[in-house]
Amino acid sequence: MADEPVLGPGQTYASVTDKIASIVQTRRTPTWWIVGFGVTFAMVMMLMYALTYLFLSGVGIWGIQVPVAWGFAIVNFVWWIGIGHAGTLISAFLLLLRQKWRTSINRFAEAMTLFAVACAGMFPLVHMGRPWVGYWIFPYPDTMKLWPNFRSPLVWDAFAVSTYATVSLLFWYVGLVPDMATLRDRAIARPAKMIYGILAMGWRGSASHWHRHETASLLLAGLATPLVLSVHTIVSFDFAYGIVPGWHSTIFPPFFVAGAIYAGFAMVLTLAIPVRALFGLEDLITKKHLDNMGKVLLATGLIVGYGYIFEAFIAWYSVNKYERYMMINRAFGPYAYLYWLLILCNLVVPQFLWFRKVRSSVWGLFAVAMFVNLGMWLERFVIVIVSLSRDFMPSAWGLFHATRWDFAVLFGSIGLFLMLVFLFIRVLPMISIFEVRVLVSKEDQKAIEQ
Amino acid sequence: MIKDDAIYGLMAEFGTPEELLEATKRTHEAGYRRIDAFSPFPIDGLSHAVGFHHTRLPLIVLCAGIIGGCSGFFLQYYAAVISFPLNIGGRPLDSWPAFVPITFELTILFAAAATVFGMLGLNGLPTPYHPVFNVPRFALASRDRFFLCIMSEDPKFELDATWKFMETLNAREVCEIDL
Repeated sequence: MADEPVLGPGQTYASVTDKIASIVQTRRTPTWWIVGFGVTFAMVMMLMYALTYLFLSGVGIWGIQVPVAWGFAIVNFVWWIGIGHAGTLISAFLLLLRQKWRTSINRFAEAMTLFAVACAGMFPLVHMGRPWVGYWIFPYPDTMKLWPNFRSPLVWDAFAVSTYATVSLLFWYVGLVPDMATLRDRAIARPAKMIYGILAMGWRGSASHWHRHETASLLLAGLATPLVLSVHTIVSFDFAYGIVPGWHSTIFPPFFVAGAIYAGFAMVLTLAIPVRALFGLEDLITKKHLDNMGKVLLATGLIVGYGYIFEAFIAWYSVNKYERYMMINRAFGPYAYLYWLLILCNLVVPQFLWFRKVRSSVWGLFAVAMFVNLGMWLERFVIVIVSLSRDFMPSAWGLFHATRWDFAVLFGSIGLFLMLVFLFIRVLPMISIFEVRVLVSKEDQKAIEQ
Repeated sequence: MIKDDAIYGLMAEFGTPEELLEATKRTHEAGYRRIDAFSPFPIDGLSHAVGFHHTRLPLIVLCAGIIGGCSGFFLQYYAAVISFPLNIGGRPLDSWPAFVPITFELTILFAAAATVFGMLGLNGLPTPYHPVFNVPRFALASRDRFFLCIMSEDPKFELDATWKFMETLNAREVCEIDL
């Protein structure tokens, strides 16, 4: 498997251009796309309905109550942000490491990041009791001379997530400009020519422009990599800064970042596997790509598993009765079934990835990825809700019971994410065309040398 | 006698990146300086061959990052120490460790924005019109063909001589670029 190619055989500049661009321009819209878009659009409508009722009636329609004041909303926020991180890692970090296998998945993964961050970003806003004053979290000169509390992780979150969304969008767009030129030159209908032309900004492929473009991509990659680490670290501080047992833990920053990459790669696999089969892209997203993504999934899963094991160990080793009870409550308390399901999904199932047979089977990888998607959501649930439901004082204990509106907003956000993915694959090239051409030229050079 | 400045320049089309690179080097050796090469993907050494050596983009990004960091820190310092100081348990007002995350994020934000807008600005994009698009086959520059252009404003440019020179470059086709 070490020398399996990252590009199918016999590709030319024209063939890869056509293969990718024709999905957007020449091929008929597949029926499955129309059905999929319709279903996800309906889910978005459900989301809109749920959010409208939320704004009219207040957060009481959800199952939150003291002491569990943070329910599904924050779980969903952390889950979506985490999913977004894999896209940036593939685009940015793998570029710095000069890994060729990032080429055919990075456009797609970066788009996934943008949509995940969009879904994540609405939760801090809607979970507020008074979302109409949500802008107070940003520093602006106001008549009362008030400022947000810059020492609070929640304010850091506002800056971190805004920066992350902006940088991801800029990075993604920079990579898109040359491909917009390709679509502009290929388009026949005048509206398409104009729209792609505007997005291409007049790109003509000049050598000095490419030089600056490559420099910009490397710089952005170098900026985005520490950004990814910092954003989920700051999100972990939302919990680690609190004194709640199960939250106040120094392992949270690396644990959350590893978990984010874990969740994100699972989502990339969940999307890439069907898309490559439905559009016939096996020559561009090869078995090597799936194998590598499986390995990353396994590695980050082991780090997350280490986190679970050490949380339990430190809880015992600390002799702190509150820490110890926190672990006992997780394993045997009212939400124990979710904790053990979490261990199954995140710790046990990914061990199948040790076996090459599983990593090279699309169904096997897809199944493991789905388990991890669920497992990572459960992990956020266990951290947020289970820890809050039973902290220091038994008289303050209380349970969280999800309502239909909790599930409506959760599945609505999944619908929003998927709808955006459907739109993206229909109107924009989901694989970076010019970067695949570079792979073709390297293959050609190797062939000449041989 | 055709006036030389009635056209933007001459364009030669090639089939492979190696041919384009070779032709660009020979053109530069022949003394032409106002040249440009076009390809559907970045080619190693091509920007060097057309005479482009150094970009100021990294310096711009560094300056922007520093400005971002200082802005972020100063914003928090101003709010916490000067504008609305709050005595919270006697803790220091200028609590710089707590100010680090936002300072870091704004550094990255300003630097990334400078990278993108700097790259676009230095490249002169958006460019609503450029003469090279008047060559009909230039649409293939974004697909699988490679082009070399010698501009008429080059001091060595002379229509007949330059055309004959370009024909020695092993191009598929040589043509004029209308303004």
